[in-house]
Amino acid sequence: MAPITNEQELQKTEFRWAMIVTGAVTVLFAVIGISSFVMALHPPSHVESIDPATVSQSKEFAESNLGTSVDPDGAVTVRIIATQFAFVPRCIPVPQGKPVTIRVTSPDVIHGFLIAGTNANTMVVPGYVAEVRTVFGTAGDHLMPCHEFCGLGHSEMWALVRVVPQAQWQTDADGKARCDISR
Amino acid sequence: MTYRADRLILAHFGVAFAAFALAILLGAWQMTVRSGLEPAFTSPEAYFASVTAHGTIMGYVMPTLFIMGFGYFVSVTTLDRPLPSLRLAWAGFWLVIVGVAMALPAVFSGKATVLYTFYPPLTGSVFYYLGLVLVVVGSWFWVGLMIWAMAGWKKDNPGKPVPLAMYGNVANAFLWLWTTVGVAVELLFQVIPASLGWTQTIDIGLARTLFAWTLHPIVYFWLLPAYIVFYTIAPRAAGGRLYSDMMGRLSFLLLVLYSLPVGMHHLFMDPEHGTGFKFLQMMLTVLVTVPTLLTIFTIGASMEIAGRLRGGKGLFGWIGALPWDRPMVLATCLSFVLLGFGGFGGIINMSYGMNAMIHNTSWVTAHFHLIYGGTVVIMYFAIAYEFWPKLVGREPLSLKPIRLQLWMWAIGMVVTTFPWHILGLEGQPRRVATFDYTNPMIAHWQNWTIVSMIGGYILLTSGLLFVWNLLTLYRGAEADRQMHYAVAVYPPHRVPSALNGFDLCNGLVLFLMLMAYGYPVAQFFFIKDYPALVHRVDLGN
Repeated sequence: MAPITNEQELQKTEFRWAMIVTGAVTVLFAVIGISSFVMALHPPSHVESIDPATVSQSKEFAESNLGTSVDPDGAVTVRIIATQFAFVPRCIPVPQGKPVTIRVTSPDVIHGFLIAGTNANTMVVPGYVAEVRTVFGTAGDHLMPCHEFCGLGHSEMWALVRVVPQAQWQTDADGKARCDISR
Repeated sequence: MTYRADRLILAHFGVAFAAFALAILLGAWQMTVRSGLEPAFTSPEAYFASVTAHGTIMGYVMPTLFIMGFGYFVSVTTLDRPLPSLRLAWAGFWLVIVGVAMALPAVFSGKATVLYTFYPPLTGSVFYYLGLVLVVVGSWFWVGLMIWAMAGWKKDNPGKPVPLAMYGNVANAFLWLWTTVGVAVELLFQVIPASLGWTQTIDIGLARTLFAWTLHPIVYFWLLPAYIVFYTIAPRAAGGRLYSDMMGRLSFLLLVLYSLPVGMHHLFMDPEHGTGFKFLQMMLTVLVTVPTLLTIFTIGASMEIAGRLRGGKGLFGWIGALPWDRPMVLATCLSFVLLGFGGFGGIINMSYGMNAMIHNTSWVTAHFHLIYGGTVVIMYFAIAYEFWPKLVGREPLSLKPIRLQLWMWAIGMVVTTFPWHILGLEGQPRRVATFDYTNPMIAHWQNWTIVSMIGGYILLTSGLLFVWNLLTLYRGAEADRQMHYAVAVYPPHRVPSALNGFDLCNGLVLFLMLMAYGYPVAQFFFIKDYPALVHRVDLGN
């Protein structure tokens, strides 16, 4: 048997491989550690509870308060209800290149969404407000499908995020922005 | 071998593969629906019932029965003694069968369309959940028998190393016992009471956390038989020896330790947990790569020994010298390659920053199909081809259709899953029945979806050829029924007790689980959270 002459040699080879494994794991740790702590890339982990039975009576998620609002200080917040089988509102305008906070909750079952072509992604769990903070770089329409099975109508549950260039960004007197899906 | 449990093992394998054939048929049909080519046969009721059945069979029924049969075979052949109780083994089998007979009709009648991950507060027929509980309880009989078998052998062979295959097998039994705790608690204390109408609400954060407890290690439960075979059968099939017995033990032990406290990486995008424990479990997830990297080295080295013994020369010459005509050697290699693809996708998933790009997209489906179908099931095929002749005493008529079947499976996996990776990066959500391809924003998804559908039919053909190959075996020539396992280059005479039993292992698991899940589970009992109302899916609209 050519490759191995004695047990010590075998163990030496194993030890060398163990060093390579340690190196590989260290690299993984470093990549994740740096992206988490230095670049502050964290998933949405905003443990904030809300009673799903009374979501629509809450001040924040009352129907008139849903959608995109710009506060007097310029902060942009999008409030959405994800419900079987639609997002309210269905068309969501956001300004390009500005920080946007999306706050979503569900009065019924588990939903989730992603915004195609971006890193915006979260689960929407009844009983909690999911919060995603992001900046939209590219102007144009982005699809926003529900990405978690929520019942037989799940495949039809889509919204649209319209990223508007800052020059064309408009709000009404209450600081609300609206858009329509026309296709 | 003197002692046998052939009928018991064949019963487990037979039902496992019959269910498997049904599930791949459903899988191919689901891809046809998604492709948009056949809208006539499409309804969301049928599609999601099919997804539920596919996941239930592939996740709970097929691997559980296969692994039970595999464990009985390994126990009898490595310890060379009968099972501690054949009667209890049959009782476990029948519990699983009764469970399947309760759960699947509920699924196919559309009364349990909740997917195999349950997703409360969606709530279906209680027969679905009770059926699955029986499947798990039946598998606990197997767990008990495997632990009992090893303990009995150790008592009669004091100080001797437990045969490596059996050591891995009992590692898997303990792993499964730990794994099932989460889902058992979720079903028994949350979902089943709701399904019976005893409770009207469910704490969803708790339910999701308990399910995550199970959802990751269950994959390693499926995977362990493949690893056991890499170490204890493949080197011999290649004509060589196992490079290191100790490395096998260490890998099995580490797989039990590191696959358990990591399930919260399935909850990275969930709002009910903070970043702290998500980060901790992500770091622990990184460590799962260690036993896999050790295995790749040890099996690679074992194969090199075989190749050189067969006259292979030079740095890579030994690879060509391996007996590629043997199904076990071919399957091991294909399994490693697909594990590489699947593992790459997995590293993206487990990095909680990058995961945001692809969470709940087709990318994830691609990842776990590569691991499950590409790494695990292809080895189940190889195991069946290895064990079946021993069980029925017949040689295969020819190895050609067997090799063809394995190649088709591997190619089918690549053709199915590579488009899913691309579609996932473009934002295609998983678990959606139909897409509106007339929408110009997603029209270009259709071509890739059709490619993966073609992959699905390659897989279906391969799966049916597998069943055919097993059936034609009965017409073959008489076979040697003796099972031989690979011998290590330096067979161990004594091994440390930590690598010959599971006391230390279980102690460490307990510690890791308390550390990883103690607070995340306990928080639901003291933070102010609100349960969700039960949403029944089985009462009509």
